[in-house]
Amino acid sequence: MEERIGVFVCHCGTNIAGVVDVKRVAEELADYPGVAYSTDYTYMCSDPGQNLVKDAIKKHNLTGVIVAACSPTLHEATFRRAGMTAGMNQYQVEIANIREQCSWVHQGDKEAATSKAIRTIKVMIEKARLDEALEPISVPMTPRALVVGGGIAGIQAALDVANAGHEVILVEKSASIGGHMAQLSETFPTLDCSQCIMTPKMVEVAQHPKIRLMTYSEVDDVSGYVGNFKVKIRKKAAYVNRDVCTGCGLCVEKCPAKTPSEFDEQLADRKAIYTPFPQAVPNKPVLDAEHCTYFLKDGKCGICAKVCPLDCIDYEQKDEFIEEEVGAIIVATGYDLYPIENLGEYGGGKYADVITSLQFERMLSASGPTGGEVLRPSDGEVPSEVVFLTCCGSRDTENHLPYCSKICCMYLTKHAMLYRHKVHDGQAYVFYMDVRTGGKGYEEFYTRAAEEDDVLYIRGKVSKIFEEDGRVMVWGVDTLSGRKIEIAADMAVLGLATVPNEAAAKLASMLKIHTDEWGFLSEAHPKLRPVESLTPGFYLAGSAQGPKDIPESVAQASAAASKVAALFAETEYHREPVIAVIDEDTCAGCRVCISVCPYDAAEFDDEKKVARIKEAICEGCGACIAACPSGSAQQKNLTDEQLYKMVSAALEV
Amino acid sequence: MRLRLTAGMVKDEAIDRVETLSGQSILACYQCGRCSAGCPVVEEMDIIPSEVIRLLQLGQIDEVLSSKTIWTCASCLQCASRCPKGVEFSSICDALRAIVLRIRLATPKVDADGLTKVMMSDAPQMGVVGALRKLNG
Repeated sequence: MEERIGVFVCHCGTNIAGVVDVKRVAEELADYPGVAYSTDYTYMCSDPGQNLVKDAIKKHNLTGVIVAACSPTLHEATFRRAGMTAGMNQYQVEIANIREQCSWVHQGDKEAATSKAIRTIKVMIEKARLDEALEPISVPMTPRALVVGGGIAGIQAALDVANAGHEVILVEKSASIGGHMAQLSETFPTLDCSQCIMTPKMVEVAQHPKIRLMTYSEVDDVSGYVGNFKVKIRKKAAYVNRDVCTGCGLCVEKCPAKTPSEFDEQLADRKAIYTPFPQAVPNKPVLDAEHCTYFLKDGKCGICAKVCPLDCIDYEQKDEFIEEEVGAIIVATGYDLYPIENLGEYGGGKYADVITSLQFERMLSASGPTGGEVLRPSDGEVPSEVVFLTCCGSRDTENHLPYCSKICCMYLTKHAMLYRHKVHDGQAYVFYMDVRTGGKGYEEFYTRAAEEDDVLYIRGKVSKIFEEDGRVMVWGVDTLSGRKIEIAADMAVLGLATVPNEAAAKLASMLKIHTDEWGFLSEAHPKLRPVESLTPGFYLAGSAQGPKDIPESVAQASAAASKVAALFAETEYHREPVIAVIDEDTCAGCRVCISVCPYDAAEFDDEKKVARIKEAICEGCGACIAACPSGSAQQKNLTDEQLYKMVSAALEV
Repeated sequence: MRLRLTAGMVKDEAIDRVETLSGQSILACYQCGRCSAGCPVVEEMDIIPSEVIRLLQLGQIDEVLSSKTIWTCASCLQCASRCPKGVEFSSICDALRAIVLRIRLATPKVDADGLTKVMMSDAPQMGVVGALRKLNG
């Protein structure tokens, strides 16, 4: 059948028409072989613009449509839907990008831009000539979500998905859910107690009939694809039968082995058998074999087993593996602080009275190691002067991390304020580069710290901290007055940069989802798809995606949950059919495609001795097509023949 | 020279006095510099208005009291009308001048009793009053 292709050139106001001679483009292409209709219009994406396309399809009986406009990421879906309503197969509607890749980048040379636009459209005409009518691939949907990470983001996401009526598996690597938020004292800008506002949510998770909570567990393996993931979860040996344990705490009380508490940021000890904090969910202990006398000294101890009234202690317990099927995965693995060891100029962790921001949180917390009193770690005295440092590792392109960690300005302001509330005659100094208070009520909070709590903000980055006469000497500068500043403080608190949780990097590579160069999970679009990964079926929540405070983490978690709920609203998931296909007649069975496929979508048919693509998994990345030595692997609607003709058109040969 | 900041300096009595006399909050200033940017006599000042406030925040009152700035300010209130934090620099200048004058009161520069009749009749009346007020406090 002879092709009858329609070309629709969009002006995009002056975005395109201001540079490209759109009239000439439409006129020249009208004469190109195979083109049955060619026109231009101010805004092709508007209703009248779309109607123009639809009417032309019907009137001219078009077999292919090229819309020359903006990037296909913006309006490909729009015009494919328009094509469908006019009776065309949507995969025979193509976009030629003459805005982002032409008019916007060639504003200085209108003639060249016009000629490039013409060639770009010709390339797409060549493609459209051989485009086949395709149908989306339907795959079944398992309406169950996996949430990885039990901090505030994971908790919120799990609750929202569960409240939408779907089953959720919430996996948390430590013994309790709660994450970093459970460690915090009070929260900016309202100063409500972190645990008071968080524990109701934690309890709700534990009691929710739709949520299966798996603490002290890690995701070991994930295979499959959106709607049909298979996940393997490793339930770490807790050496405690936590199903029977009532959390009476007798074992913890009697345990003789101590080690620094992770929850208290090493400011206090915990036992080898422990519940991380009083409001832990579940409130049942786990035994840390690395620090347990029984394990370290070949069975010499066993006190916990002796005192347990329910015989819950099981030294023989092994890691348990659980396999589950889920349709979507929300990654909420959270953050860590940038290691203090990396900041040698501030002592790198060797000065007892130079502490991290999370350590100061624990100190301020009523449930913390000092019962909420601010005390110098070195001698337990109340500090009369405390220096707070922002940007410890952040905004330092040369030595540390280039990005702003976003939350430090606010939490250090809160720290300075809470210190003043607890030590009325104390003096708080905050060294800053910019005080960034972008959030509702944040600027007012900062003003309150400066005006009502006499916190002195000093504009400059501290260059050095050292110990002198039992005090921490802080050397900085006040760039506002040009004075070099020296403070002999009792304590210094470092606002260390926010980095992705260590576990996140491992998980991201296992899940095959993208991260940025610092390890934060990448969103599909920085503005318009901020809670999805580019890989379908994966959603992002909280500071695993980038530094975030509590309200933002909660908002993103709810957004991710609503995306999952929308996904689960259909019993089937429709995937793009623009994927690889292997010609069984020519495939030699070399298996190169299987070795290069990053999605495990290529498999070997042992009977026919050929490779095959699992169409529900293939993402259409093209790796196998490039690797296939016989050319048997081809991308649908992007075949070698199409590519050859497209390149020829581009080069005008 | 490094400036050694201490709690006592930040909450200095003298700074308290400036706040009381002027009715202005020194720590409210967030150093945007708008007062200095709009001041019509800033060229004549040795320390610009925003820096005067900054030095007070750092407890450096002596440096401010000996500056030319506090005598240059004409109290036109340009700064106060534009300050986003409601700080009246002119009132702070009033307070600083008052402090200087009260210090000088202890050591008068003009001997009022020693003024001769000739001097009194030749000199403009306002000049005599001004000299006594400014130099003797």
